[in-house]
Amino acid sequence: MGTTDTRVRRRSAGAWFADTGWRHVVAIVVSIFALFPLLYVVSASLNPKGTLTGSNQLFSAIGIDSYVRILTDPQNPYVSWFGNTLLIASVTGAVTVFIGACAAYAFSRMRFAGRRVGLVTIVVVQMFPQLLAVVAIFLLMSTLGDWFPAIGLNTHTGLILVYLGGALGVNTYLMYGFFNTIPKELDEAARIDGAGHARIFFTIILRLVAPILAVVGLLSFIGTVNEYVIASVILIEPEQQTLVVGLTKLVANPRYADWSAFSAGAVMAAIPVMILFLFLQRYIVGGLTAGATKG
Amino acid sequence: MTETVEPTAPQTTRQRRAARIAEAASVPIGWILLKILLLAVVDAVAVYAVFVLFTHAEWLILAVVVAVTVLVNYIYFSRKRVPAKYLTPGIIFLVVFQVFTLLYTGYIGFTNYGTGHNGSKEQAVSSLLASAQERVEDSPTFPVTVVEQFGTYGLLVTDPDSGDALLGTADQPLQQVQAEFDGGKAVAVDGWTTLPLATVFTLSEELENLSVPFSDDPNDGSLRAPDGQSGYLYVSTLEYDADADAITDTQTGTVYADIGTGAFTADDGTELLPGWQVTVGFDNFVRAVTDSSIRGPLISVTIWTFVFAIISVASTFFLGLLLALVFNNTRMRFRNGYRIIMILPYAFPAFLSALVWAGMMNESFGFINQVIFGGADIPWLTDPTLAKVSILIVNLWLGFPYMFLVCMGALQGIPEDVNEAAVMDGANPWQIFRRIKLPLLLVTVAPLLISSFAFNFNNFNLIYMLTGGGPRFSDVSIPVGHTDILISMVYKVAFTGQTRDYGLASAFTILIFLVVATISIVSFRKTKALEELN
Repeated sequence: MGTTDTRVRRRSAGAWFADTGWRHVVAIVVSIFALFPLLYVVSASLNPKGTLTGSNQLFSAIGIDSYVRILTDPQNPYVSWFGNTLLIASVTGAVTVFIGACAAYAFSRMRFAGRRVGLVTIVVVQMFPQLLAVVAIFLLMSTLGDWFPAIGLNTHTGLILVYLGGALGVNTYLMYGFFNTIPKELDEAARIDGAGHARIFFTIILRLVAPILAVVGLLSFIGTVNEYVIASVILIEPEQQTLVVGLTKLVANPRYADWSAFSAGAVMAAIPVMILFLFLQRYIVGGLTAGATKG
Repeated sequence: MTETVEPTAPQTTRQRRAARIAEAASVPIGWILLKILLLAVVDAVAVYAVFVLFTHAEWLILAVVVAVTVLVNYIYFSRKRVPAKYLTPGIIFLVVFQVFTLLYTGYIGFTNYGTGHNGSKEQAVSSLLASAQERVEDSPTFPVTVVEQFGTYGLLVTDPDSGDALLGTADQPLQQVQAEFDGGKAVAVDGWTTLPLATVFTLSEELENLSVPFSDDPNDGSLRAPDGQSGYLYVSTLEYDADADAITDTQTGTVYADIGTGAFTADDGTELLPGWQVTVGFDNFVRAVTDSSIRGPLISVTIWTFVFAIISVASTFFLGLLLALVFNNTRMRFRNGYRIIMILPYAFPAFLSALVWAGMMNESFGFINQVIFGGADIPWLTDPTLAKVSILIVNLWLGFPYMFLVCMGALQGIPEDVNEAAVMDGANPWQIFRRIKLPLLLVTVAPLLISSFAFNFNNFNLIYMLTGGGPRFSDVSIPVGHTDILISMVYKVAFTGQTRDYGLASAFTILIFLVVATISIVSFRKTKALEELN
């Protein structure tokens, strides 16, 4: 650690430890805790041996066999899972942002009967996660599928529609707070110049609130990638399933699972999400605390 | 947040008209075309839906679709309903997939819906009679030709007495048809493809299961042709008497009557399954609180759910806060490096983390036992107590980065002059933290702690992927275990195991709903978050 520059050296080691040294001790201990499962999964993914036991010697063998295995295994259509997940999460994220932004615009800029009740309803309804109603969702989708096979069980469209049921909710509340920080004078000036509500929304407001749109989009994307219950109930055929359903099934019995193939799949699934996350993390933290702090 | 709306004086008629004209003039023609196009798509889909629902005779749903479509058209063509234009899409999804499913869950909780009870009474009767069929001895042999239409197999039968051709499928009872005959045997019929014998031989599995009802009355039995060439009459050993609403077993003479429980039941209590779906009132709730093989697990699962959620929030918050305090020192080097490392667990998709930890904690082959504890057999995930500890450790790993980020943000939001003023007044660092910084921090963080509690209360993925809820309770009638929380218990009762009990699962959901509602109302009262909505 870079603690040996001259300014520090001049002081006694005791004083240095009391000031910043102990902080490094805590930080290193926690860093090990944070990193070690991640190092383990990377190591396991590079291990050509398939079993759990074979993955225990960290970085003892390096190879990309398990990556090839997971990408070509006809039993576990990883590539389809990946594509399905990307498609479902992207569409859900994008449409959620749009629907949520529309609602936030109405709540923030317009005054109408039922506005307060509407806001409170949204906050309260989002307290009850959709997965609580999974039985009803399953029965609803199976009935819908009898009438309209395109949006019933085992379809991506059906799953996306179910996810969009949660589009108004915590996201709208987060965006609503952010919309309120954009000065109303901007709208009024545009209105005087002859712009209608639609033009103000699409050309002025949406550009100014872009950071929160990115945050909500990313949170919704990650939330959809992680969603297991509804996806596992609605998507039946392996080809149709998402990463979370497929990979969970892959290691359902760790004793016989191809552990390094799973790890390779996990690394490939996690890296894009992690890069995106680290890239946007400052906005995310800002967005999370903006929803909480008033002022 | 400042209230930026000033109450404006009501507009005069002229002003309103002027505003409308300005609004209309400001919309470019392209937007109007786009709007019309989008509405045309919506209406086309609605017309298609109405057509389909009409063929299924679903009048109520049809009426709802029509009403919603008319409303949507009105909203978007009207010049007035501006807020509705922005709220309608979200509200439609919210009502269908959130509010409706919630109410529907409530309804299912009062029924016996589940394995053995998932259809109507008529379906139950025909499936009972079909399942108990036996071949009628000395009955004539019917010459049969296997035909196919759009993937559905049918039997073209020649009546040995009259010589008439009859056609039927699994869903459609035998009906007389005009057919081509070859040597007294009907061999082809219009609209259906006659399958060649070579194909028929490959279909033995389908033909084993193909049972064509003789007539609309299930008591008449059905015709089966396992070899695809000769059919025999099968009649049920059960007989349905529609007037008495009872089924009689013709072999034993036992009478099974409909006593309102959703299944035909004999005097000694034996039920014929499948039964059908009926409303059972509060039966599921009564079972949940009185049946000891359900009540026991329900109580311990509820307690564990609270313990898990509370300790999860507390442990992640304290570790996060500690780290935020540790890093809140500008003289510390490599701060950003540490910071990135600590965010990594939060960035790694949560379901993968749980699966990876499950592998590492495996009793016989896992990294922790094999390498860190040198080959010990510590039952991290299979001992009831240790499994709970493991879950809390993994959840700490998953959750502390979030709390760390939030606390960092909140600490940096506290102005430095507060600190300086306290130092001037002679407060020591601990006093400053305890009396000044912590209360200020809690104001910011409290709502996040509540939502974190709510999140963990329903943290299905962690439980399901780490321990699967195991180890299982012994001597209970539902498939739950020591580490199951309420939400994973609902999932298991509804979707795993030999019997699926949607009714009981929904009753549990309603109980959870009541608990969560109470908690959120109380906590919102406390934080006054709802009052701050302007």
